[in-house]
Amino acid sequence: MADAHSAQVQTKYAGLAHQFEDLAQQHDADTLGIWVFLVTEIMFFGGVFAAYAIFRWLYFAAFAGGSHLLDIRLGAINTVVLLGSSLTMALSVRSAQIGNRRALVFFLLLTMILGGAFLGVKAYEYHQKFVEHIVPSLDWAPEGDVLARLAPGGLDHAQLYFFFYFAMTGLHALHMIIGIGLLLWLVLRARKGSFTPDYFAPVEVVGLYWHFVDIVWIFLFPLLYLIGGRY
Amino acid sequence: MSTATLEPRVQAPRNYLNADYGWKSWLFTLDHKRIALLYMVSITFFFMIGGFFAVLMRIHLIEPQGALVQPETYNKLFTLHGVIMIFFFLVPSIPTVLGNFLIPLMIGARDLAFPKLNLLSWYIYVIGGLFTLYSAIAGGVDTGWTFYTPYSSTYSNTQVTAVVVGVFINGFSSILTGLNFIVTIHKMRAPGLTWFRMPLFLWALYATSIIMTLGTPVLAISLFLLALEHLFHVGIFSPALGGDPLLFQHLFWFYSHPTVYIMILPAMGVVSEIIACFARKRIFGYKIVGFSSVAIAVLGFLVWGHHMFVTGQSVYAGLIFSFLSFLVAIPSAIKVFNWTSTLYKGSISYEAPMLYALGFIGLFTMGGLTGMFLASLATDVHLNGTYFIVAHFHYIMVGGAVMGYLGGIHFWWPKISGRKYPQGWAALAAAIIFIGFNLTFFPQFILGYLGMPRRYAFYPAEFQVLNVMSSAGASILGVGYLIPLIYFIWSMRYGPVAGANPWGAKGLEWQTSSPPPPENFTQIPVVTEEAYAYAAEEKTSRG
Amino acid sequence: MQGISFQPEQASSIARSVDHLYFFITAVTLFFTIVIFSTIFYFMLKYRRRSPDERPKAIEGSLPLEVLWTAIPTLIVAAIFVWGSSLYFQNSEPPPGAMEIFVTGKQFMWKAEHPEGQREINELHVPLGRPVKLTMTSEDVIHDFFVPAFRVKKDVLPGRYTSMWFEPTKLGTFHLFCAQYCGAFHAGMIGSVIVVEPDEYERWLMGGVQGETMEAAGERLFRENGCITCHLSDGTGPAPSLLGVYGNTVHLTNGQTLMADDAYIRESILSPAAKVVNGYKPVMPSFQGQLSEEQIVNLVAYIRSLGHSLDNAKGKQQEEGKK
Repeated sequence: MADAHSAQVQTKYAGLAHQFEDLAQQHDADTLGIWVFLVTEIMFFGGVFAAYAIFRWLYFAAFAGGSHLLDIRLGAINTVVLLGSSLTMALSVRSAQIGNRRALVFFLLLTMILGGAFLGVKAYEYHQKFVEHIVPSLDWAPEGDVLARLAPGGLDHAQLYFFFYFAMTGLHALHMIIGIGLLLWLVLRARKGSFTPDYFAPVEVVGLYWHFVDIVWIFLFPLLYLIGGRY
Repeated sequence: MSTATLEPRVQAPRNYLNADYGWKSWLFTLDHKRIALLYMVSITFFFMIGGFFAVLMRIHLIEPQGALVQPETYNKLFTLHGVIMIFFFLVPSIPTVLGNFLIPLMIGARDLAFPKLNLLSWYIYVIGGLFTLYSAIAGGVDTGWTFYTPYSSTYSNTQVTAVVVGVFINGFSSILTGLNFIVTIHKMRAPGLTWFRMPLFLWALYATSIIMTLGTPVLAISLFLLALEHLFHVGIFSPALGGDPLLFQHLFWFYSHPTVYIMILPAMGVVSEIIACFARKRIFGYKIVGFSSVAIAVLGFLVWGHHMFVTGQSVYAGLIFSFLSFLVAIPSAIKVFNWTSTLYKGSISYEAPMLYALGFIGLFTMGGLTGMFLASLATDVHLNGTYFIVAHFHYIMVGGAVMGYLGGIHFWWPKISGRKYPQGWAALAAAIIFIGFNLTFFPQFILGYLGMPRRYAFYPAEFQVLNVMSSAGASILGVGYLIPLIYFIWSMRYGPVAGANPWGAKGLEWQTSSPPPPENFTQIPVVTEEAYAYAAEEKTSRG
Repeated sequence: MQGISFQPEQASSIARSVDHLYFFITAVTLFFTIVIFSTIFYFMLKYRRRSPDERPKAIEGSLPLEVLWTAIPTLIVAAIFVWGSSLYFQNSEPPPGAMEIFVTGKQFMWKAEHPEGQREINELHVPLGRPVKLTMTSEDVIHDFFVPAFRVKKDVLPGRYTSMWFEPTKLGTFHLFCAQYCGAFHAGMIGSVIVVEPDEYERWLMGGVQGETMEAAGERLFRENGCITCHLSDGTGPAPSLLGVYGNTVHLTNGQTLMADDAYIRESILSPAAKVVNGYKPVMPSFQGQLSEEQIVNLVAYIRSLGHSLDNAKGKQQEEGKK
């Protein structure tokens, strides 16, 4: 591969770990590593998606009733917000690639803000569930119009729907929070000048993770919010 | 001569063991070899706890009414025996001890792809283990290691959440280890080391890593949902609210069946290495054996329903799972035939590693063949839930995987420690283990066929004779396991110093010193020959 | 301590055929074990290392051998698969004319109810030579009804019915075990299946406490729980008439159709909103928590009898019409 001299030169960069021969090998390994990790995440979410699919098939009326109680506008806003954050994430990777440190930090911060906005909307939606008393086990006492919507499909099966709602969006939100933490770490490293056009693998790796979390939401939104036609 | 063995530290060259001292150099190490030893100590610890529970169980079962403990305690013993042995001993054993130590050496690299992730994997394992130990101390768990709902989710009032959290956390250790191995094998092979020049141990660990990364997340989500159900009683697994207890079984077994291949594939890899070395021959049918490992990993994901033949699932589902379960046996059979054929016209010697490898082939063959009784629908109806199942899986996991692990430790101990151990004691221990094992578990096949169900804290008197035989065997087996512990510890100080290649084996790990230096190789080797090129004069390179 | 036997009694119509398959697999297991062990021993002795620098010739492999030892095991396991599957299929459905007994499992006992009303705990009396179908459910966790001498078992699940059948071919008392771990006294959830001559079985049914038949109990429960106020037999009430429902097709509000079986009846009692009959509103209250599994099974037996009584009524009408 690289001759001894350039290997020495490359090791001077704070970036090449001792087990690798050169940055190219390290970059290859990092990229394969994150892809393998994302496959494991697919299997993880896949399990709960499969369970959800089974119950939705069994108790469609109850699940449709529950779905109609979600605010589709908020879900749509969150979808746009998250897609936007994927755009800013991709732009930050691009900035790192061309060595533009200010743009890199800017787009990372913007991605964090959009992620935070998503979580804010989510928090509001969760709060609404408590207001309407449709939180399984913790605060399950639907009444009035809410009760009228859920009763036809069976209240017990509606509770199952909301269990899945909280479990799936909760897992997703947890991944978002971890992602925002990773972005913060990137911002701090970027400001110190750790990334160069030759070495920006961490930005790419976090970027892939962020895109994956976005894709999970792209599945969650129609599965949870868009059941069985609207109103 | 004697001064050399009495003061090894003064005379030994710099190696990974003496390059640095102090607890920090161990607990914060990034060296894959030291991490492998951290794992070795911890899994040995858990093996002893799990083994202790087994001893208590076998003593208890000497009497039909139970000789030792209350039924509730017995139920906790078999639960924690299973959880600890499977998740904290068998699944990690060969990958984290031998895999971590050997993979970089075998592929000619300085470390794994992600050393920090490797250390993190160990800490995650320890934290998961602590949660599990807590669950044992704080009252125990009585659900069985299979955590079937709705008993575990709604009815049991034991430490279900704690143990589920422990196993959940431990799962990430598996996932990260598998991820590390996959990337390392793909991206860090030395120049000239093509896929088909790799030792079969690497093929086996690669296949294992695929299962670890793809299967363990499904266990994680199953346990996550189970914990939520246990805490919040919502009802996805409880019929009272419209949930389905069988859904848990499908999710659980989707991971837990492939897990048995996580446990056996590495042992098969070890056996390939040992047989090649001690018969001084290339493994017969090298490519076929490599592909069989991958085939086992893939097919292993398709057979989980054979744990559920009597749950009332559709007969057609039963048919498909039965068929696939028979199919997955074929690659294993192919391997046994290839190992046996390797012995043909070989030059065979009988040091301890070879004894373990041969014992593995015998016991794994028996255990695997008894799987046919269970893959076949009509006989499984009678045998499911009985001691036949217990005997079947112990033949494979103890007679197979544990013997493979012990064989591997005996084979690579000189490389790991730089010392040799006494052959006479090693051979004796291997014989005691073999005899004790068969006496423990063979009677259980008969017990199962006679109809004695498993997980019984007391039983009808007519089953006593076979139970007593089994317990007698267990005491012998226990003695057999203690002997290596003693002589390995002894050898670290008093064993003869081993050279770089005491067995005369092929493989890059034997081309560096024993113990290896921290960076493994002073110069990254370039590979020009096939694996197991024992008859090197005749063959150089071949695609 | 008693002596060791190697095989449980063969006391059912399928026991012998299951044992035949078992012995065949044992023979295959023994054969391959012996072949492998002896080949290894032979090679171990014949090819033991004779001098320290022996270097055997490399043998790459042999495709014909690989094909051979792949094909032969494949054929053998295929044979076992076909044999085991066909036996399983044969045994999956009870023969016509099987008598039904309802079994409920709960921590830690077995309860059986004969159609004539006779109840048992941890024992099951059955007549010799007649196929018996067990319809089973659990009141709590998963159990398993296992009779080793009959070579049958089936899981018993909460919230649904599972069934199995057997035909006893020997008189005697045979072990009944719970074979799915269910909690503290799983090992104590055992009992006996008692096989007696048919006339003794009839006598046993008559003797003991005279109780209601399951159908009579079901009819009583139907009145006592108010079912009769909505499920009027002429269909003019807010609920469908149950005459002729059992065993026939039902059309639901969501367009699906299904066959009204035990499971459907049970679900309609416990979760009535899940499947509503077309043309009716979802106003039936749930009886979850108000009826035990035994009571539900009695109601099922009663509703089943209504299915036949419509045919009887129609038959009578036709006869009268002919006159």
